[in-house]
Amino acid sequence: MQNTIETDILIIGAGPVGLFTVFEAGLLKMRCHLMDALPQPGGQLTEIYPKKPIYDIPGYPSVLAGDLVQNLMKQIEPFGPGFTMGERAESLEKQADGKFLVTGSRGTKHLAATVFIAGGLGSFEPRKPPIANIEQYEDHGVEYFVRDPEMYRGKKIVIAGGGDSALDWTIFLAALTQELTLVHRRTEFRGALDSVEKVMELAEKGKIKLVTNAQVIGLQGDTTLEGVSIQHDTEGMIHVAADHFIPLFGLTPKLGPIADWGVTIQNGAVEVNTLDYSTNVPGIYAIGDINTYPGKLKLILCGFHEATLACQSAFKYIYPDKKLSFKYTTVTGIEGLPAPVV
Amino acid sequence: MITITVIDRENVPHALETPIDMGLNLMELCKSYDLPVLGTCGGMALCASCHVYVHSAHTLHPPTDDELNMLDSAFFVQENSRLGCQIKINNPDLDGLEVELAPE
Repeated sequence: MQNTIETDILIIGAGPVGLFTVFEAGLLKMRCHLMDALPQPGGQLTEIYPKKPIYDIPGYPSVLAGDLVQNLMKQIEPFGPGFTMGERAESLEKQADGKFLVTGSRGTKHLAATVFIAGGLGSFEPRKPPIANIEQYEDHGVEYFVRDPEMYRGKKIVIAGGGDSALDWTIFLAALTQELTLVHRRTEFRGALDSVEKVMELAEKGKIKLVTNAQVIGLQGDTTLEGVSIQHDTEGMIHVAADHFIPLFGLTPKLGPIADWGVTIQNGAVEVNTLDYSTNVPGIYAIGDINTYPGKLKLILCGFHEATLACQSAFKYIYPDKKLSFKYTTVTGIEGLPAPVV
Repeated sequence: MITITVIDRENVPHALETPIDMGLNLMELCKSYDLPVLGTCGGMALCASCHVYVHSAHTLHPPTDDELNMLDSAFFVQENSRLGCQIKINNPDLDGLEVELAPE
């Protein structure tokens, strides 16, 4: 039985704004724990554009997105934040004592005095192909990423996609599976050249079946997947027996369960008060791209500002009787937080 | 100013007037008129939420590798599919361009 993680501020979303919150909170001696659906911190920056230069971070004429994340991780290190990665925040329940119990998609529980929603564009979820009954087969033959390659040993599988992910998994799983079919909408693959070559070689040797100019359009099976229908551009439809279908079409952000937490949502964004970026629920704040207010700009630097003000407010919320004295880091330096008492 | 027609997902055509000297792209134009184009990635050809079908015969700048890469992972892609964010509105010859928003 897992222990509940306790913290002062539970930050939903470990992108740049969520990460920087740890710093500002740490200056006020508040402890933070971050949650993110992605397996690594950095949000969009690490997931989508790590090598792109960003030009509007104050103090950096140009900084690669991935490098900015590394810098932020270094900046918050003294404050020892906890991380729950690879789990989407599912439910948020206010407890009798006013704290918030937030449970992740793998069951990890967090008890927090305040919650900062720094969800950016939403949690990154696999892009699902528009096949009518696909949800029926999720966890019953349809997987959107390969968690344990062993589960495909000796099985018949169909992989769909044209990028590195589809190519890499085809190469890896070809040796394990009984049968592997790779389906792609075009004839050209958009992955690393030698991955493409390896896949072509596997197809030539008959180790995999390569179906291009085609798309999977149907799934069949009683309770679990038994077969897929592949529609070719010009040559009609073929049916392939399959125990598993792995569509690899990248990730796309979705607002997800945040919409059900009782915070006011406007056009897919969380409404906040510009005094302290608090939502309509006392103790819950929203910062960064996920929030909205008159004049909102979706810039990282704006999120940094919002995080700072929200932390000041969170301090007063958690410690209403304590005095908050404004200090400059040039005067005080950085004093890390001691290790938490377990 | 030129006019570009965008047909939304309910098949309603919208005639959008636009300047050609503001460095706007088609995704930004749609957003400025409150059409339901998310533009999630801000215009970096990384999300395909601005996927459109080009109906008129206008000559457009051919797609870059980045755009083709992205269209590869999109759905409902047709011969005339383009990413709106990659279509720059900088040419009077684009007057009368007609596009349709692809399904979400």
